[in-house]
Amino acid sequence: MTSDDVAYERRSSASVITPVVARKLAKVPFVELADGRLQGVVSSGSDIERVYVSSITAGDHGLSCNTNNNRPCGGLSGGAHACNHLRALADAAVAQYGPARVARYLKAELADGSDNLWSGLHTTTAPNRAAEVFSSFLRHLAYLEVTPSTDPLPELQWFPAAAVAR
Amino acid sequence: MLTDALTTAPTGLTEALTLVDGLDDALVQGLARIDEERAAALASFAAAFAGSPLGGRVADATGKIIAGTVTDEHLATLAGARTALLGAAHDALQTGLDTALGRSRAPWEATAVTDSGQLLSGSRSWLRELAIAGWRGVDHDLAGGAAQAVQSLLAAPGSRRLAVLLDGFAAELRAAAPVATLPRIPVRRWADLWSRALLLSQDGFASSEAVPVDGRLVILGADLHEHPTVFRVQAHALLEASDGTVRLVRTSVAAAKVDTISGPSAWRMLTAFPLLRGVLAEHRTVEVSGMALTPAGDLIWDESRAAAGEPADPFAAARVRLGSALGAATPPLDRHPAVLAEPVLLEGYAHAEGAFDLGGGVTVALDLDRLPAAGPLTPALVAASTACLGLLRWDGRWLLQPLAVQALVRKKPVVAHGGDWALGPTEPKAAKAEAAAGTAVDVLRERAGRLLRK
Repeated sequence: MTSDDVAYERRSSASVITPVVARKLAKVPFVELADGRLQGVVSSGSDIERVYVSSITAGDHGLSCNTNNNRPCGGLSGGAHACNHLRALADAAVAQYGPARVARYLKAELADGSDNLWSGLHTTTAPNRAAEVFSSFLRHLAYLEVTPSTDPLPELQWFPAAAVAR
Repeated sequence: MLTDALTTAPTGLTEALTLVDGLDDALVQGLARIDEERAAALASFAAAFAGSPLGGRVADATGKIIAGTVTDEHLATLAGARTALLGAAHDALQTGLDTALGRSRAPWEATAVTDSGQLLSGSRSWLRELAIAGWRGVDHDLAGGAAQAVQSLLAAPGSRRLAVLLDGFAAELRAAAPVATLPRIPVRRWADLWSRALLLSQDGFASSEAVPVDGRLVILGADLHEHPTVFRVQAHALLEASDGTVRLVRTSVAAAKVDTISGPSAWRMLTAFPLLRGVLAEHRTVEVSGMALTPAGDLIWDESRAAAGEPADPFAAARVRLGSALGAATPPLDRHPAVLAEPVLLEGYAHAEGAFDLGGGVTVALDLDRLPAAGPLTPALVAASTACLGLLRWDGRWLLQPLAVQALVRKKPVVAHGGDWALGPTEPKAAKAEAAAGTAVDVLRERAGRLLRK
């Protein structure tokens, strides 16, 4: 362990989360690494009321893609070959978190310096997780409706605002 | 002289932190697996409290935990004892700094008001599971285990403080899970967040009564805070009362957000506070009437009790008034070196690598990780500065977080303040980037409008 690592361990302000990189949200409004999956929501190209709920499990790389009304995605159709929604989801995750963090989470072996996530995935089919992922998306959106607070919130001294990436 | 505080460490500080480290290290492997080395560290931790009012309870709690019994009461005792040690460290550091700056500070005398929470058991049980498993034992399931507790706390008025803390802490654990394969662990940080959350999860956590005040508020600088689901601006200011007293106060507004809203566009989440954003961007004073001030020096911002005043230069105000302003006391359970954030004005320094050279061989390191993307301050501006308004913080050593600088750039004077972009970036390139990124807020609001409540 280096002296830098020791200092990191004993710092109250040690940084843990790399700030996400801003990306366009129109096509993929929601991506998260949670519950052992890369999961998110992809807007339908044809119907503004419809979204696709897509996920890839960590470890097994099981694919799932359904509409918010729980209809199976025609592109994936229960197979192990990624549809366009899953590809858009993976692209958005790589843009938002960087390839290394996504690969670590999914346990995907990427060649050094490669940012092609699919080359490190051995995809299989996975059970439908649309309901869980969609409710996670709704929880995410619900943050925008939480009333602002003027409480002093002393613990935010531990959470400085994200610095410029440099 | 400030240099006195920067060069002299308080007596006993290292020893206190070593005891804290012993407890923190036990939380890495978890309290269910205490080996001999960790047991010895916990025993010395307990021994340090011998003869104090906490002595008996700490000895009992550590003894039971080493023997393999971990109850909520034992954990609360450990968290309380850790808070007491760090509180003592806080006091010693603050006293040293106050003496060096010649700053007087009001004593803590507040009436405690407590309300019992009904929503705290979910939070306590998650924190207990964490302590038992240890950071190394945190997998995806355990990291996600606070979601229910956070949702109910966010929905309840009055429990925002714990909700925001738990949500930020849980987000870090989720990002780090499975922690067993993480190359290095933020040992002190997670123990800090864990023990603060555990104390806030106890029934009857004391808060104190605020009193209405009138006066003129001169903002010295804006400090920005953020985690994936919160963005907060906290202004440090001088409150000039009609009787001529000048107090150092803080006032803040926080908005819930999501991780994809960050950088300058995060200000868009604070549209409920146009007056505060305006006075920050335009460097105006604020006339406050009947705004509530807590004994901790926190002014509870209320736009209906504020009016924008004249433009005022924070540097000029600091030169005249900061030296004699009265500081506020920190509430007993909030005391921790990490909450130290003491406004100072530095001038006449030379530049050293990542530091200001104050002369006489004394330097103060710059906290450049606290230059937010949501404001105009950059390391280059700080390196070109001739005067700096900042916050002195302590994290293993004293650090200066710049809040505003006067600088010479290509021989022209430039001034930049952390809150300058409160109404949007003032620099064309940043404004263009913000306009593109800011659509994220609109996209998500549109999606929320269409999909929520269906």
